[in-house]
Amino acid sequence: MIQNVTALEMPIDEEFRIVKNHITHGKGKRICIVTGTHGDELEGQYVCYLIAKMVSENKHKLSGTVDIYPALNPLGIDTMQRGVPAFDLDMNRIFPGNNRGSMIEKVAHDIYTDLSGADMVIDIHASNIFLREMPQVRISETTAPTLVPYARMLGIDFIWVHQAATVLESTLAHSLNSTGTPCLVAEMAVGGRISHSMCQKLTDGIQNLMFHMGIWSEAPEEGKVGDSILCDKGDAVAFLNAQVSGIFTTEIHNGVMVREGQLIGQIISPLTGKVLSDVLSPCNGLLFTIRAYPVVYEGSLLGRIYKDESIQES
Amino acid sequence: MKVQTIFRMSSPYRDDFRIKAYTFGNGKKTLCLVGTMRGDEIQQQYVASRLVALLRSAEEAGMLTDKMSISIIPSVNPSSINIEKRFWALDGTDINRMFPGYDQGETTQRIAAGVFEFIKDYQFGIQLASYYLPGNFLPHVHMFRTGFEDIDNACLFGLPYVTVATPKPFDTVLLNYNWQIWDTQAFSLYAGTTDVIDHEMANITLKSISRFMLQKGIISRPLNVDDCSDIGQEDDAMPTVIDMADMIDLQAPHAGLLITKVSVGQSIRKGDTLAQIMHPYEGRETCRIVAPEDGIVFFARNKSITFQNTLLFRLIKCS
Repeated sequence: MIQNVTALEMPIDEEFRIVKNHITHGKGKRICIVTGTHGDELEGQYVCYLIAKMVSENKHKLSGTVDIYPALNPLGIDTMQRGVPAFDLDMNRIFPGNNRGSMIEKVAHDIYTDLSGADMVIDIHASNIFLREMPQVRISETTAPTLVPYARMLGIDFIWVHQAATVLESTLAHSLNSTGTPCLVAEMAVGGRISHSMCQKLTDGIQNLMFHMGIWSEAPEEGKVGDSILCDKGDAVAFLNAQVSGIFTTEIHNGVMVREGQLIGQIISPLTGKVLSDVLSPCNGLLFTIRAYPVVYEGSLLGRIYKDESIQES
Repeated sequence: MKVQTIFRMSSPYRDDFRIKAYTFGNGKKTLCLVGTMRGDEIQQQYVASRLVALLRSAEEAGMLTDKMSISIIPSVNPSSINIEKRFWALDGTDINRMFPGYDQGETTQRIAAGVFEFIKDYQFGIQLASYYLPGNFLPHVHMFRTGFEDIDNACLFGLPYVTVATPKPFDTVLLNYNWQIWDTQAFSLYAGTTDVIDHEMANITLKSISRFMLQKGIISRPLNVDDCSDIGQEDDAMPTVIDMADMIDLQAPHAGLLITKVSVGQSIRKGDTLAQIMHPYEGRETCRIVAPEDGIVFFARNKSITFQNTLLFRLIKCS
């Protein structure tokens, strides 16, 4: 059943709506699949489609509730903008919102309220247009003991337990986790595109999680859900930032092991035909993030590497 | 007057990005003012540039106190102003949400770090701030409650109102918050407007800065703000200190065309009409925004359309 989570008037003959597909059958737990907080992140669109299709076509396998929220920032998705158009705000920095606040704060409040109390929320992100990410779940270290076991059920490639930053306390995930609603943040691929294989993999993982939570009666096929690499040490991730401004080129894909000193890419000058900077790996490890958008300024993030000592020993 | 480039970064094709500081006097780092941080802060650019001119004259006239220095950074973000984008144009990040910065981090973190390295040791810090919602403010001084805030000194600006607010998590990366944490007495000064120049509001802001500097012994005579704009406060009157949470917020019950009937600073009586919201097709009034009690208009939206629930007015209660 399609339901309004919130609805507000826009200035000229248009209603602003956040909708969800509420699918329920029998008694059991509730899982929520949310995405589209950032309008340039589209991978979650296909995951929502796959989950909605799987559940609605096999409702007899459902014992509980699946709520699917494909667009928390519908204006952003429809106009290809990361933030909320007309407000210049990052939707994921205003949770838990305010029922008596301005429009977008009220919208955040209504979303938060609707999700609160669920047994699990999966918040699907897709990096941005600048970076390509290996499928991963990000968990703040304060919630790791509770959430890592659930993340493992997703069978996602990489689990990154990171240090908690105060500013991130305004995210949807933090707002939910800090008030007793478990929320896993999935990140994958790159903004503005859909990778069918990665989306299918995450969908299989969500099915597996639903199976283990008793919401879905069928486990995914054998071999579809793998093991995750867990990164749970604060200093275990190396960041590659551009040392100069220019055009970044690379032939390397993320999700591969790299060695210290290995060439990751180059920053070039099309005007002079010169290489401005060789981008070298500072360590051995797993390259789980790589820059996708070539134009870089000094400081632009080019990649992230999980320092893996095992490759050093081999 | 000494002009320095405190941060420089190349761009793939545009001219170098430069942040400049104008320093007056010699000695202890006493006062630093940061002008624009976002690309639509034209009023803030105007105020900062006029302050540079006023301090240059003051220095030439021997009005600056010995062994004290004052620095003005007119703009932290000329790159965005030049292309009329509010935030950093390539990735949409907000430099004012990157403090204290990180010199090995991403571009705007590096910019924030470069600026913060220069400004962090000053005794007093003033930021010409703007608000995320479009609208005009009564000029005022704003501070976060960090445990380090100095309300007594905020009152020395002589503006009628000093506002305080409890920081939310996303406020902990703002310049004002971090300045305070790093032992600078920091004040955000709201100069009335944002994307248009309001000469009178600018003069009020400049007079308040002059008054603060005079009270703290940084200058020996008031700066020559050549205008008769009334700062709104007698020299010996104490400003009203208001918690933002104690103001009355009026939101739009419906969306539509917004016809505002009052302006900031105006005293209003309970029952006064503050605005009408008109149906965008049928030209009829869909609702009327009425003052719920006597007060003063502190903030007023300056866009002519409104969404439902948008903040239209913020009022100071008369009581």
